[in-house]
Amino acid sequence: MKRITITMLFVLCTTGIYAQDDLLDLLNDEQEESTDYVLATFKGQRLINGHTVVTRKTSELEFLISHRFGRVNSGIKEFFGLDAANVRFSLEYGLTDRITAGIGRNSLQKVYDGFIKYNLLRQSTGKTQMPITVTGLSSIAIRTADSFEFAEDDFNSKVSYTHQLLIARKLNDKVSVQVSPTYVHRNKILENQANDIFAVGLGGRVKLTQRLALNAEYFYRLTDELDNSFNDAIGVGLEIETGGHVFHLNFTNARSMAERAFITETTGDFFNGDIHFGFNISRVF
Amino acid sequence: MKLSKLFLPLTLLLITASVHAQGRYLTRTGHVKFFSTAPMEDIVAHNNKVLSIVDLAKGEVAVDMLMKSFEFEKKLMQEHFNENYMESGKYPKSTFKGKFDVPAGLKNMDNGTYEVDVTGEISIHGVKKPLATKATLTVDNGVLSCGLVFNVKVKDHDISIPKVVVKNIAEVVEVTASFNFEVYK
Repeated sequence: MKRITITMLFVLCTTGIYAQDDLLDLLNDEQEESTDYVLATFKGQRLINGHTVVTRKTSELEFLISHRFGRVNSGIKEFFGLDAANVRFSLEYGLTDRITAGIGRNSLQKVYDGFIKYNLLRQSTGKTQMPITVTGLSSIAIRTADSFEFAEDDFNSKVSYTHQLLIARKLNDKVSVQVSPTYVHRNKILENQANDIFAVGLGGRVKLTQRLALNAEYFYRLTDELDNSFNDAIGVGLEIETGGHVFHLNFTNARSMAERAFITETTGDFFNGDIHFGFNISRVF
Repeated sequence: MKLSKLFLPLTLLLITASVHAQGRYLTRTGHVKFFSTAPMEDIVAHNNKVLSIVDLAKGEVAVDMLMKSFEFEKKLMQEHFNENYMESGKYPKSTFKGKFDVPAGLKNMDNGTYEVDVTGEISIHGVKKPLATKATLTVDNGVLSCGLVFNVKVKDHDISIPKVVVKNIAEVVEVTASFNFEVYK
């Protein structure tokens, strides 16, 4: 009897050691831990007006057409703003998976712009853990339309720079948020304005369905200017994604799509109905 | 006296240990390819980090792979695959578990090619479906390898294809797998 008990115990012990009778459980234990990078924090390189942490991958070319109509509160005479339109075209190319460069042209003030974006950190779990995605952005904008506001309007007067640190986190499958400390330098300004403007951008994206998302963005200016005729840029939009296309239907108080202009020189008052309707249409090749 | 008492349990221990350890073959670098052909475009993706184990004593096989390990020619396509179709954040893996009758020659690891009928359950996108397919197992001087091709109906696994891309993505995707096993210790 005793012998049988011992025997049974042994058998139980050995089967315990080799309990991986289920091959799937066994494979699950054999699966090596890997780094799981978060996907699609945002779908496009723009949220509403501003850049997101997203960069293009190596050799991907994005063609982005953005435009903003006039103010929706301009009445039937202006067909609620649809008579006036401001357009920006750009080509944005992934030099590597982390570096994207782009050039664009805005019809408003005939501004040419160029930017370079570098993806410093990628949010990940698993082997390497990183809570946030961080991308740096530097852009230059050159106005080619003459200004009537400046007595002397040489080339230098037409140049401005924007530098941003874009910090984002995908909180879950549906919600992503971004904070963007921003510095804008304008070579030439009017009286009562500041050459250097510091601002912080706040943005978020909520996925409503697999293809549809709600975006919102706000740029809070930290630098006080004597000239208080400008407002903070606010925007809300719907994002529709189909394959290589991303469509944005935006409502914003900013008229321009150049960083300098919408961050520091937004004139519309969002809550007074000075809202511009517009699209961003992105195609990646 | 003491020794003889221990003899039986020890023998049993050895037998159970050897039964479990024998006849199992594993790979961590299995290859799975899927191919979708539609009027607008063909899409191919490769996963070279597929885990698989085969138990020749019992006639069992299992496959385990991470969906994010599939590599596409276009990175954006890879993102769409994981984000919009497979929902890899929610369902990181696809698995298969099946059984087959082991031919005597294969059991003995005699050189040759053996075609077997595998039946089991495949899990993709969190949805389990029965799967029956033919697999070719090859033994070459103690080295075991396996190849198989089967079709997966996208709809069967609750993966929805929006109308706008219906011409870009096939309803039935062809899956090709090849595994070069090593003895599992």
